Amino acid sequence: MYGNLTLRPEDIENWGKKVQDEDPEKLAAFEARIERGEKIEPHDWMPYEYRRQLIRLIEQHAHSEIIGALPEGTWITRAPNFRRKLALMAKVQDEVGHAQLLYSAAETLGKSREAMINDLLSGKSKYSNVFNYPAKTWADTAIIAWLIDAGAIINQTTNSKGSYGPYGRALERICWEESFHLKYGYDSVVYLATGTAKQRSMLQDALNRWWRPIMHFFGPPDTVSVHTEKLVQWKIKLATNDEMRQQFLDMYVPKIWELGLTIPDPELRKDPETGRWVYSDPNWEEFWQVINGNGPCNAERLAVRRFAEEKGRWVRQALLQPNARYVTPLA
Amino acid sequence: MIEALESLVLSLADDELIMGHRLAEWIGLGPILEEDIAFASIAQDETGHAQAYYQLLTDLGLETPDRYAFHRPAERFRCAHLVELPNFDYDYGLALVRHFLYDAAEQVRLQALRAGSYDPLAGLAERLLREEKYHWMHATTWLRQLGRSTEEAHLRLRSAMQQLWPYAWMLFEPLPHEEEMVEAGWIPPSTQLRERWLELITPLLREVELEQPEPSAESLLPLQGARAGLRSPYFDALLSELTEVAASEPDAEW
Repeated sequence: MYGNLTLRPEDIENWGKKVQDEDPEKLAAFEARIERGEKIEPHDWMPYEYRRQLIRLIEQHAHSEIIGALPEGTWITRAPNFRRKLALMAKVQDEVGHAQLLYSAAETLGKSREAMINDLLSGKSKYSNVFNYPAKTWADTAIIAWLIDAGAIINQTTNSKGSYGPYGRALERICWEESFHLKYGYDSVVYLATGTAKQRSMLQDALNRWWRPIMHFFGPPDTVSVHTEKLVQWKIKLATNDEMRQQFLDMYVPKIWELGLTIPDPELRKDPETGRWVYSDPNWEEFWQVINGNGPCNAERLAVRRFAEEKGRWVRQALLQPNARYVTPLA
Repeated sequence: MIEALESLVLSLADDELIMGHRLAEWIGLGPILEEDIAFASIAQDETGHAQAYYQLLTDLGLETPDRYAFHRPAERFRCAHLVELPNFDYDYGLALVRHFLYDAAEQVRLQALRAGSYDPLAGLAERLLREEKYHWMHATTWLRQLGRSTEEAHLRLRSAMQQLWPYAWMLFEPLPHEEEMVEAGWIPPSTQLRERWLELITPLLREVELEQPEPSAESLLPLQGARAGLRSPYFDALLSELTEVAASEPDAEW
């Protein structure tokens, strides 16, 4: 019903094929294109596994955007002044807009928005763990807008250089908007950090709550993360989780310290010899618990989406039958 | 005259602020993503309009927009009860009909202000109408689309119309000091604005078979006094949410 689904599974000749069963000549030509730095477009031939991995990745990203709108969205009606209220509304609107862009990008690979949303609601499809934590105070929204969006920019700027054209282009636009969110978040954080004692402690508490989810944000350490060589070769995965986490720490730890905040990890320091950040175990067990549905807000987030889905069903049905009342005989 | 002006501007500004609040509650809950985005965008416009209206008063040496919106007791608000009504259980039909009835009133009100003799308001009305045009297009497009679609959609819109009609009618309750302002050529009488509003919406409502008769005096009675400071039972909860952070540390900068 949304008009971006140009390919259906039945139109795709190699739907469901394993990589080793793909036509070797086509596969070699495809991989050579990626090697040369060309972009793959929706109607180009691609191995089914490439299509499947991309759908999974883009879909999860889209879900993260709509679920991510919820913890911040609840603070729009409570924002403390016009400047913050208008900025937060614009930010949350952007996040939903990103979901719209990303669902459209994923639809070009042959899965409809309805099917993706159904998989989100059934729990089959995941979204970023970070949105399964509550935004308890106004300071949480500032930390989210600054640091979570900073993390997202690192992740998405990296992925925007990937091989699939529609995803890369969507990410470029998304990063451009996210950079405003980051400015907004940082500005809000600065006001709190230089504000009253109550504001400063509110901010420190929020950082304490969010530090662990932020460390989890880039995914499990490379030593346990399972990523096939193929994803790297196909330019779906462009940097490892640890590489992105290190980049984030490099860019933001000094800024956090500069504001007089304490990062709740006594082990955190940059090793002068390796140039890499050292940190204590951010409790990966918790990460796996949350991913498997046992985080503080998993049930609530999905319940909100299900509520919206049910409440809006009659509207979507009505859109599919625009003239129903004029074709049904009245008597 | 400043009292009259404050009463006029607050009625306009508070309607926008509270309508923006209710629309913003839809973010994340719309029937399709495109509607989350549209409501968020309209909510931003309305909130920005409220700020611009309050600023007219600030320019005259009265309070700042933030003081008006985030630090004012309930009895000093002047919004209509239509905008105070909660989203209840998030029936999109109710939200759409409120949006339609309210934005029609905005069209009529702003056109009158634009032609009025109070220059700061006339100038602002001209500017706001440029954005309001899109709210009106959005509301009428959806009303036409859903109004002629399924039986269920029509029933929902009809029940929303019945529920909201007296509230919408009272958007045009005469303002305190109205005679003075009509005399000065700032605004036309509220009854005349209501006539223009009916002229604007009646053909559209007829098209989708949602026309309503004039509300009974009984149905209007409990809705009186909004423009003089009488709030609906829903307002206190809304205001404590709206001011929650600002009130937690009233002298802080955020």
